[in-house]
Amino acid sequence: MAGFKGAVSVDTERCKGCGVCVVNCPMQVLGLAKEVNGKGYNYAYMAEPDKCIGCASCGIVCPDGVISVYKVKL
Amino acid sequence: MTVEDIIKPENLVYEKSKLLTSKPFHYCPGCGHGTIHRIIAEVIEELGIDEKTIGVSPVGCSVMAYDYFDVDFIEAAHGRATACATGIKRVWPDKVVFSYQGDGDLAAIGTCETIHTCNRGENITMIFVNNGIYGMTGGQMAPTTLEGMKTATTPYGRKATLPAGAGFDGIPNNGYPLHITELIARLPGTKYVTRQAVYDPAHVRKAKAAIKKAFENQINGKSGVNFVEIVSNCNSNWKMDPVKANQWLVENMLPEYPLGDIKVDGKLVEK
Repeated sequence: MAGFKGAVSVDTERCKGCGVCVVNCPMQVLGLAKEVNGKGYNYAYMAEPDKCIGCASCGIVCPDGVISVYKVKL
Repeated sequence: MTVEDIIKPENLVYEKSKLLTSKPFHYCPGCGHGTIHRIIAEVIEELGIDEKTIGVSPVGCSVMAYDYFDVDFIEAAHGRATACATGIKRVWPDKVVFSYQGDGDLAAIGTCETIHTCNRGENITMIFVNNGIYGMTGGQMAPTTLEGMKTATTPYGRKATLPAGAGFDGIPNNGYPLHITELIARLPGTKYVTRQAVYDPAHVRKAKAAIKKAFENQINGKSGVNFVEIVSNCNSNWKMDPVKANQWLVENMLPEYPLGDIKVDGKLVEK
């Protein structure tokens, strides 16, 4: 399919679970976990990792800067 | 290819700026302040001016901005950030000085300092975060609050004039939303005046480009204030979740505060 494949890593302890990354992901990759972190927030995670294209939209809108984006060319 | 194969340092395309400290932001989940801090840090990093940048933080939610940036910072008295920035810039003309203020600081208690700094045409960068409410003190009405918007001090919605039949017809009550950005764009002392937002990736990129231009103008010694207003959210005091607050911002804040450049290189942009 796409020429790129991506992945994100979320700093789960700093994530506040606002969900802004979830709605701004063009490929609907991200979701909020059922588990909570140390502060009681449902942190963001890759619900469907296969769909990620590494566009970094999630990282750009993240208010807390907890998302790092990685991308490889296939 | 598994996720573990992709997450390697050589494949990194985006991460938090190194100019932000490791301290977690104290802002509410989804608050625009965090995004704006991030893009300012990215701009300072890209321009390579971290050694000579001095920021001035306000009183308000962003009062502890100095904790998050790895650049020199001063915390000014309430509303006086631009007056502080003026002093710093005049003593050290070769430093890059920016003030970071919210609407309660810049447009309410600091209106005098804001107007006069812009009128003097100081060569500084001003970042103005407008969320239409006093965030830190618990959601009271700000000058920028929209008409009809419910706040702690206007529980029936902000009314510009008292309702008919109250015996005071036509007498101003809460006043009109203050468009301070349009106001200062009329002053000859301002060089670059723009209004941006940070609710989605496209607008974050545009806001970052605007902030970068505001810093570049200052470095290039173009005399005059570079003013960037950013329409932001306050989901806690708007009583919404972060995603709904961003939708509400698009539907209600943006018609009142339209985005785009208002003044470029000292000339008003024709609309």
